[in-house]
Amino acid sequence: MRMFEFIRPTDSQAAVAAAAQSKTAQQGADVRFMGGGTTLIDLMKLNVETPARVLDINRLPFDKIADTTVGGLDIGATVRNSDLAYHPRVQRDYSVLSQAILQGASAQIRNMATVGGNLLQRTRCVYFRDTAMPCNKREPGSGCPAITGHNRTLAILGTSEHCIATNPSDMCIAMAALEATIHIQGPKGTRTVAFGDFHVLPGNTPERETILEPGDLITHVTLPPPMSGSKHLYLKLRDRASYEFALASAAVVLVIGGGKITRARIALGGVGTKPWRSPEAETALTGKPANDATFREAAAAALRNAKPQSENGFKIELAKRCLTHALRTAAAA
Amino acid sequence: MSDIAKSDDVDRSRRKFLKTSGTTAAVGVLSAYLPAHASTEQSSQTDVSRSAIEGAMPITLRINGKEHKLRLDPRTTLLDCIRETVTLTGTKKGCDHGQCGACTVHVNGKRVLSCLNLAVMHDGHEITTIEGLGTPDALHPMQAAFLACDGYQCGYCTSGQIMSAVALLKEPCGPDDASVKELMSGNICRCGAYANIVAAIQQVRKHG
Repeated sequence: MRMFEFIRPTDSQAAVAAAAQSKTAQQGADVRFMGGGTTLIDLMKLNVETPARVLDINRLPFDKIADTTVGGLDIGATVRNSDLAYHPRVQRDYSVLSQAILQGASAQIRNMATVGGNLLQRTRCVYFRDTAMPCNKREPGSGCPAITGHNRTLAILGTSEHCIATNPSDMCIAMAALEATIHIQGPKGTRTVAFGDFHVLPGNTPERETILEPGDLITHVTLPPPMSGSKHLYLKLRDRASYEFALASAAVVLVIGGGKITRARIALGGVGTKPWRSPEAETALTGKPANDATFREAAAAALRNAKPQSENGFKIELAKRCLTHALRTAAAA
Repeated sequence: MSDIAKSDDVDRSRRKFLKTSGTTAAVGVLSAYLPAHASTEQSSQTDVSRSAIEGAMPITLRINGKEHKLRLDPRTTLLDCIRETVTLTGTKKGCDHGQCGACTVHVNGKRVLSCLNLAVMHDGHEITTIEGLGTPDALHPMQAAFLACDGYQCGYCTSGQIMSAVALLKEPCGPDDASVKELMSGNICRCGAYANIVAAIQQVRKHG
């Protein structure tokens, strides 16, 4: 690990001012905020991340979960994953989020990982994590050996000729389906970003993963009021039963009335270069009868633009079956 | 290393560094990782005192009820601090990347992976390691249950397994074996003692 200066900012303004000195808020940032450290310390040990300054934000006042005036939920950026997953309101009103978090990582990591950090969780692509290998995300222009190499676990949606790395988060998939809003404090003030606009596709610049700029500090996430009568399910398929990243996952929020689906929010994990909301699936479900034919059609719509790589073609069928099964199970609940 | 250290081209600070590294090689650590008393003993031999270590930070950790005032390189993980600085070697380093659970300790009562934590993040925090659970004469019930149920083979993952198991007792966990397995999935056992580990945990949950 490279030497760094460890700083504990006294307030969020000091944190933003210190982070604003960084040349970038993306890959290779020379100033990093430290939450739980579960991703960042790992990548610093690998020399994939080499910040000169680390800002410990764990003692800033962003560790609260509070009801919003309109019936939603504000979740502070340093709330631990386990505290969020077991929060009574999350379990009651946003069950898909609780389920997603509890199917991710291990109990120890969930006690450490923060909401803000999980929004910025980095890919598990082996080439990204190995500084001996080229990687366009880590070293722009160096190439993507994954496209001709080991890509079994990598993405089939949102890829480019420069990067096919999967976003590994479970929490983010649920938040995409719940239409969360992300609150950012930056050098020019505060702003909010819709969840779907926060992560960006790799395109020609895979080193850029989010809209964050130097100094931008995620302060909290807001969930809108829960959809009345909605059924929630997070289904995760993986190589082993626990403590493993998704090969395919589905976050499903459905409202069914009179045998028909009146509202649907769908997001897929393990298959996209970013948390993958599927408006195609939502359109295919809305107003249709809640039956297998509808579910299969929605799954086909969600994966219509999937692009397989040499080793991960199986993910297309797997993701379809994952979503179909999740819809069937949620509808029957 | 000694050839380099003898070279006239090497500047003084680098030579000092290498000399210090060499003298501490027997314990396998840089002086930044040494406890205060060891450093004081070192200083008479090497003229490098702890305060001269660039970037070292003062912190206070309470480990197993005992206060430790330390100066640490900020890169020091909580795991390396516990093992190398405080010399409590019951906590094990397995993968060092958060994939095996061997380094599990409790921070402020919750189980965490000490390899993915910087020690300086825990200034003022309460840390519990396997040494803080019980003693050979007065085992923690979980330690006794691991013995009774033969919940280990080589023993390398065992302290992490027990730290996780003790924390699990206070977490939301269903009564069945499957729930225990799910919440223990972050602790890998290369010997495959899982069935007996689950039995040990269930014994404590049912009978204390």
